[in-house]
Amino acid sequence: MTASATVAAAGRQPDPGRRPSVVIQPTSGWAALNLRELWTYRDLLLILAGRDVKLRYKQTGLGVTWVILQPLVAALIFTIMFGRFAKLPSDGHPYIVFVFSGVVVWNYFAAVLQRAGNSLITDARLITKVYFPRLAIPLASVFSALVDLAVALGVLGVLMLVYGIMPTWRILLLPFFIGLTAVTATGVSLWLSALNVRYRDFAHAMPFMLQVWMFASPVAYATSIVPERWRLLYSLNPAVTFIEGMRWSVLGTSSIEPAMVVLTSIVALVVFIGGAFFFRRVEQGFADSV
Amino acid sequence: MSETAIRVEGLAKCYRIARALGKQPYRTLQEDVIALPRNLWKRALGRSDTMETFWALEDVSFEVTQGEVVGIIGRNGAGKSTLLKILSRITNPTRGRADIYGRVGALLEVGTGFHQELTGRENIFLSGAILGMRKSEIARQFDAIVDFAEVEQFIDTPAKRYSSGMYMRLAFAVAAHLEPEILLVDEVLAVGDAAFQKKCLGKMEDVAVDGRTVFFVSHNTQAVRQLCGRGILLEHGRVVADGPTDSTLTVYNQRLREMRVDAETGVNNPENRRGSGAIRFTGVSVEDLGGAERYTFAMGDTIRLRLSFTVHAPMRGAAVVVALRSGMSREIVTSVRHVVTERELAPGVSSTVVIDLPNVYIRPGEYPLYLHLGEAIQSPKNYDVLDDMTPPLVITAGGRALHDNFDQTKPLGVFSIPSRMTIGEASGQQETEAPVAPQRPHIVR
Repeated sequence: MTASATVAAAGRQPDPGRRPSVVIQPTSGWAALNLRELWTYRDLLLILAGRDVKLRYKQTGLGVTWVILQPLVAALIFTIMFGRFAKLPSDGHPYIVFVFSGVVVWNYFAAVLQRAGNSLITDARLITKVYFPRLAIPLASVFSALVDLAVALGVLGVLMLVYGIMPTWRILLLPFFIGLTAVTATGVSLWLSALNVRYRDFAHAMPFMLQVWMFASPVAYATSIVPERWRLLYSLNPAVTFIEGMRWSVLGTSSIEPAMVVLTSIVALVVFIGGAFFFRRVEQGFADSV
Repeated sequence: MSETAIRVEGLAKCYRIARALGKQPYRTLQEDVIALPRNLWKRALGRSDTMETFWALEDVSFEVTQGEVVGIIGRNGAGKSTLLKILSRITNPTRGRADIYGRVGALLEVGTGFHQELTGRENIFLSGAILGMRKSEIARQFDAIVDFAEVEQFIDTPAKRYSSGMYMRLAFAVAAHLEPEILLVDEVLAVGDAAFQKKCLGKMEDVAVDGRTVFFVSHNTQAVRQLCGRGILLEHGRVVADGPTDSTLTVYNQRLREMRVDAETGVNNPENRRGSGAIRFTGVSVEDLGGAERYTFAMGDTIRLRLSFTVHAPMRGAAVVVALRSGMSREIVTSVRHVVTERELAPGVSSTVVIDLPNVYIRPGEYPLYLHLGEAIQSPKNYDVLDDMTPPLVITAGGRALHDNFDQTKPLGVFSIPSRMTIGEASGQQETEAPVAPQRPHIVR
């Protein structure tokens, strides 16, 4: 091969001013993220996210009702079990509002993981038939789940009104905590979606993993019941910070410390960047293995 | 104007195939964890992996200049689709390099990204974005797309309520308005009716006339001949002929006739040779009644197939299916099935059967053969398939005036049936030689 290729290359040299728009070569090891290319496909990202939202609201008969009902019922059950029966503390807030604020963020996190984690398998036909930056597929889930989050936040607003809780200036930091949730969720789901293509049994492990993770996070209870000396270790779980951060900014009080926010931000960034590079590394083989 | 559009140098692609036949192509974590110590042990001992490799492309080099329309020809598994997948960046090559000058539009199937639940309008934007168009671009082309697809009044109807024809037209319309400088097309003509195929071909001709580069992969040699000025023939992942379409097609047909089918032919090609290996064809020959091997027959001739096979694992009887594919669309046009025996067959048994197809009244054209060998009671695993592994049957008109009611260039339909025309009132019984009164209604039976 080498001999003929060299002859061809030497014999027909293109004029130097013209450079190929695409060079296709085998890649091995770690590839660059190529964010510029992802940017040129930004419309695709939004249209894919829009597709997910439309399908979600078209296919389910209950539509928006479902998005409202599911977290409300979950919060109600947690309130009865943990608030009434187990009499767990809720940092001085009505238990239902306290739990619901946790459920809202957790649901967003879990929805991203679930949808993005399976997204490459769901869109396998696209991957085998057309080229575009593969990152667009899991990223679209991150955006589409935001719609459900917005609806749930509206419900939370109504609940707070009913219980007469007024938000303070801290609500201004809500976007930061939602951003932190989104970055963490994206990072984890980049790992999950790529692993899911390689190892199909990940799909079975995911619901189980999410369940364990939820109970290891302060969704239905307050971080204050965790003994002080375990707190730092506990807050290695990024979900602790973004759930408590959410409560802090919406309800005003919570057992959150600045160190936790810094720690989680670092963890989230590491997971996110690592996930993006891992995804890029394995994406070359997606079309051959889905 | 003779600037390079695509330059391919020593392109090769290797696939890993599962050790045992019928195994899943993907791994499970459980499996990998269990296999880890064993693999480490093996690596320590210096033994190679048990994974088999299959080179879909071995060493492909060529150069395409701007405005050229190139057809890629070759049987199933020759590497055509792999080449296209690499050029459209869906998969990566194992070795070699390809330089592409200009914006690429790849059309590997019709309706990529379409979703049944979404409306025509939503699908246009979705599919357009997936194919690489900006939203503003799609918006600008929107009316032209709807116009081409002729679906104006259904544009806000979910695609699931579309007829298959409408669906196909809309899907192709989006792709046709992509306006790439280099268009890669795979087998899209294999779907849809004749009118749709014509429309697609016409659109591709327009693209070519505009001076853009077209790279066309097809089984449909007729379409390749009509559209492409240059043909590249691939065989076993290598270029075996590259030149004017007609001369490449001549080489292709020559190669097909030289091909012998035996137990090993194409076994590594899961596309055309499937099955468990419990039973294998060991020989296939197509002959006339005189016993001479040939693949060209006149309409009305008797075609004789001599099929040999060997049993390698216990079989619950045996049955053969002979099917003819359409050379145009590749769908199966007709098939016959014969049970050889219903008795249990032990490994080692060999036999030869002869199947005659008398009076084959199919229209002139090329008909690839699909041969299937299975158990007497149809079972999903013990079988062998030779799909397009033999030269295609070529049917010619012969001297039969009664059936020459067709236009050679437009293969409308597959079967040739006797017909008669009467001119005038339907009750009139007289037959005429020629239409003498063209203004009056006539009935064709």
